[in-house]
Amino acid sequence: MRLTCPLCGPRDRREFYYYGAAEYLNRPAPDAAPEAWDDHLHNRDNPAGLVQDLWYHEQGCCSWLKVTRNTVTHEIVTVEPVAGGAA
Amino acid sequence: MRYSGFRVITQGLFGNAGWKPAWRDPAPKAEYDAVIIGGGGHGLATAYYLAKNHGLTNIAVLEKGYLGSGNIGRNTTIVRANYFLPGNSEFYSHSLKLWEGLEADLNYNVMHSQRGLINLFHSDGQRDAFARRGNAMLNQGDDAVLLDREGVRELLPYLDYENTRFPIYGGLLHPRGGTARHDAVAWGYARAADQRGVDLIQNCEVTGIDIVDGRVTGVQTTRGAIRAKKVGMVAAGRSGQVAAMAGLRLPIESHVLQAFVTEGLKPVIDHVISFGMGHFYISQSDKGGLVFGGDLDFYASYAARGNLPMVEHVMEAGMTLMPMIGRARVLRSWGGIMDMTPDGSPIIDKTPIEGLFLDAGWNYGGFKAVPASGYSMAHLMATGESHPVAAKFGLNRFATGHLLDEEGTGSQHNLH
Repeated sequence: MRLTCPLCGPRDRREFYYYGAAEYLNRPAPDAAPEAWDDHLHNRDNPAGLVQDLWYHEQGCCSWLKVTRNTVTHEIVTVEPVAGGAA
Repeated sequence: MRYSGFRVITQGLFGNAGWKPAWRDPAPKAEYDAVIIGGGGHGLATAYYLAKNHGLTNIAVLEKGYLGSGNIGRNTTIVRANYFLPGNSEFYSHSLKLWEGLEADLNYNVMHSQRGLINLFHSDGQRDAFARRGNAMLNQGDDAVLLDREGVRELLPYLDYENTRFPIYGGLLHPRGGTARHDAVAWGYARAADQRGVDLIQNCEVTGIDIVDGRVTGVQTTRGAIRAKKVGMVAAGRSGQVAAMAGLRLPIESHVLQAFVTEGLKPVIDHVISFGMGHFYISQSDKGGLVFGGDLDFYASYAARGNLPMVEHVMEAGMTLMPMIGRARVLRSWGGIMDMTPDGSPIIDKTPIEGLFLDAGWNYGGFKAVPASGYSMAHLMATGESHPVAAKFGLNRFATGHLLDEEGTGSQHNLH
């Protein structure tokens, strides 16, 4: 599996650290209800098909990336930087 | 038909012509007292204990493929009770006791082999942690023996004791740990449940869960609608999709875990060996193949196959620990889909919908849990109350903070 980093180009999967669903970007307000934090930290749509998740280019440019990919075929659709992008 | 050594001999004398199918193949009825979604190890065990312990026999197991076609046939067959946290400890202890009586109970040879399981440690800190774990296991009434380096060398002389990065300081031996024949567990429970009147319905995919006024009333399937007042969702690997049919969003992310088996070799590895620092564990099947595995591929996946970097990592770890296996050829590898929860522990609980129950989130420890999971899920579905050994596997524990984080790695699903 290869991810095309917007800054570094196509790189091997081993250069990247997987963090989890891109929902982590939608952080509740600090004073949000406990239910909102529970949902944010724990619950997942977890679809079989297209997902968006967060990867960190640990052994490259060290940018956080939002990856759209298919959990059934392992196809990578898009890789966008989190910084500057619409979260 | 009861199985016995005598029957094997007499059948052998008469051309094996008298064997019957091990279970019926019934058409689904329009209504059952309870249905279980998922005909894997946990689902079949749930059905069996519902019939045996609670006298509920007008029940059905709905399986979208064939019985045992999921993770019960895709694991590395290890059976152990070496957990530390209260909540996990009593549950897996209960499970191991059920394993020890399982073959007599089911009248089926599941080839349960208590060959001993050894967790290696490589530093003073790790030794302390394993000593503490061993004490917790003893307190639970199970068995544990802390071995020093020479103690490990006596049992496992073929490990590399000269490794400087991960020097072997010793190991925690769990003598009652071991392996079992994974498919046979599914078949044994299926046959025993069928004999008690449970309908096992294959090629029957659930396509919808009917809910009226917050109560479950039945399921829609590819073989028609089935009414039931109680529905158990026991579909680990696909729990999220099944629960979504009831409008539920679970604390689960699905990941792929790979496993490997070599060509058959003469007996060489007598125990189950776990090399946690290298993310590697191994045992030898009765057929002779070395069965081994490592860690998750770490990204969410529903593909029942893994990626090459993890293959390389597992092979490297194996060679680091026991260079003698380097000449063995890998016969095949495969991946199983794991329900990963944010604390690494399972869920056996009611859902907010009345009559709808959930058994899910088995991470990569589902196989050894099959008997106690079925036992506890059956208790929950029959009585509406959690069985005491599974009382801490609540669905709302993430909201209340009562986590069972055995590895202490926090709320990231893939780190458990």
